[in-house]
Amino acid sequence: MTRPANPKFSPKILLASDLAEGDVVFWGQDGWERDLLRAKIAYDEAEVATLDAAGKAAIAANRVVDAYLVDVTVDAAGAPAPSHFREKFRAAGPSVRRDLGKQAWLQGAGNR
Amino acid sequence: MTAHDPALPPRPNSAPTIYAYDEYDRAFVRERVAEFRGQVERRLAGALTEEEFRPFRLMNGLYLQLHAYMLRVAIPYGSLTSRQMRQLAYIADKWDKGYGHFTTRQNLQYNWPKLVDVPDILEALADVDMHAIQTSGNCIRNVTADHFAGVAADELEDPRPTAEFLRQWSSAHAEFSFLPRKFKIAVSGAEHDRAAIKIHDIGLRIVKNAEGAIGYEVIVGGGLGRTPFVGKLLREFLPRADLLAYLEAILRVYNRFGRRDNKYKARIKILVHETGLDEIRAQVEAEHSAMDRAPFAYDAQELERVAAAFAPPAYESLPAHSDGFEKAKAENAEFAAFAAVNVAPHKVPGYAIVTVSLKPIGGIPGDATSAQMRALADAADTYGFGELRVSHEQNIILPHVKQDDLLALWRDLAAAGLSTANAGLISDIISCPGLDYCALATARSIPIAQAISQRFADLERQRLIGTLGIKISGCINACGHHHVGAIGILGLEKKGVESYQITLGGDPTLSASIGELLGPGVSAEEVPDVIESLVQFYLAERRDGEAFIDTWRRLGHKRFKESARREGEDGSGI
Repeated sequence: MTRPANPKFSPKILLASDLAEGDVVFWGQDGWERDLLRAKIAYDEAEVATLDAAGKAAIAANRVVDAYLVDVTVDAAGAPAPSHFREKFRAAGPSVRRDLGKQAWLQGAGNR
Repeated sequence: MTAHDPALPPRPNSAPTIYAYDEYDRAFVRERVAEFRGQVERRLAGALTEEEFRPFRLMNGLYLQLHAYMLRVAIPYGSLTSRQMRQLAYIADKWDKGYGHFTTRQNLQYNWPKLVDVPDILEALADVDMHAIQTSGNCIRNVTADHFAGVAADELEDPRPTAEFLRQWSSAHAEFSFLPRKFKIAVSGAEHDRAAIKIHDIGLRIVKNAEGAIGYEVIVGGGLGRTPFVGKLLREFLPRADLLAYLEAILRVYNRFGRRDNKYKARIKILVHETGLDEIRAQVEAEHSAMDRAPFAYDAQELERVAAAFAPPAYESLPAHSDGFEKAKAENAEFAAFAAVNVAPHKVPGYAIVTVSLKPIGGIPGDATSAQMRALADAADTYGFGELRVSHEQNIILPHVKQDDLLALWRDLAAAGLSTANAGLISDIISCPGLDYCALATARSIPIAQAISQRFADLERQRLIGTLGIKISGCINACGHHHVGAIGILGLEKKGVESYQITLGGDPTLSASIGELLGPGVSAEEVPDVIESLVQFYLAERRDGEAFIDTWRRLGHKRFKESARREGEDGSGI
């Protein structure tokens, strides 16, 4: 469920690369998720700080690499979508190979 | 057995950092694999942080990219055996996604390996005398060479023994393992430059002096990236005996004076530019004179040993022209088109060099599926002594094909989707992976290549347009060599969207030049229209026999720019 929009704040999610496999993972309610739709969305500075802390802890624990926050838009159903085109590709997979990456995995065609 | 096994006698004729395909070589690579396996285990166990681990993985060609890790495999001077190609296919199937990407530096990249699998992949590479060492990091990278080496009709000398000498000298070279930045060397031994030697940190051209002695023309300080430079002539003639010592001297000067405070100004091209060629030459000569050259002394016996590995295969004695080949061309227009574009003259009568395009219309430049890799290996075994080359144009070369076999080869290639007759034409586009894969990229490049390829899909029209190099990079680092494309395309981000700058007049050969900017960037959708307008202007203005670059040089940049501006009035955005 989405929250009321705060025009002064861009919602954010935390993403990183899984250390062992290298694929993109998103911080969710109970830890790292491979599905963007399960990403926890930060709607204010306090929630961003929580995400940021989770990223730093996961890096320190050698679970993920290169965790960082990404601006997202949130649709009516509460689904986040990265705002910048780079992160859009990152969250989906190569735009030139729909059979690879997250987009394939979500369709059951990929193996991650 | 290890490389340091006391049971092994010292390697004869060895330089201190020598690296060759013998038992020492194999032991060295195995040791590196074992070492990296331990490093990966420690990383996964948390004993190494990413900061500590990163230099180790980069030393073994392992990057972390946008969607996954990426492993860059070295293919020294682009030479491959069919066995090695099959192993690359096996690795693609077992640990990756069933394909590989051949790069502008004659390497192969896997885009989807898991860190946990990389030691096994390296082990599999070692099984066929391959590795990923020095394909990353601030060291001397994989030495590249003319992909027609040893067979080109215009060749003075095969550049591969020289390249192999340099590979052995530079591999695991302790002093040059942490240079200010990466360092790239290319070697050519022919009249025409197919190795782009003028855009490398060091370019070597094998030449003969007035006395008939073989030596090297030494070019230094070329390179692309955010500050592109054409290399400058450091030595007109370097005697062969001085090769290793002189290169050692160049690298020492660079290692000492190259900037380390700013990675964007750290390449030797900046040092040469800021210091001045004469001063650099003086420094190199002084170092060369003062250094202990004994470890790098020329050893004719060693060169002979290395050169023997590149001895010509057992060619048959054949007439220069094949009646069967001529008849096949006369009867099959499609085959004739392939022969006209993808087949090059061979130094041995009755043979030909075949360029297998990895640029099918609308395809991803440089990508080959594992099935295609196997088809190429089979073709090499059937028609070409089991040998293949990778070109810096991201194509595969079969260097020894009998003219009599060309038709059969073409049919086999067609069955594997590898018979596109576009080598050197407008759809033979060099493209880096761009933002579809690369963490550094600022825009996509592959879809731009695909769109241009589809716009000019008609191969007959492509032949009419003639030789035209389009090169695309997805960021300023210029892995797609856009600066030296007759038409260059650079993808950037502008106000939150992908934007493409177009340059004209670039040239990677001995007449090297850096392209000039056409105007402000255009959107991805507009790129094919702009290319179309430039091509139409060229077709209208060219004289007989003029390639695009020739017409551009004759008419000047302004005329082309004006033509594109006129097109812009109806929406091209220029």
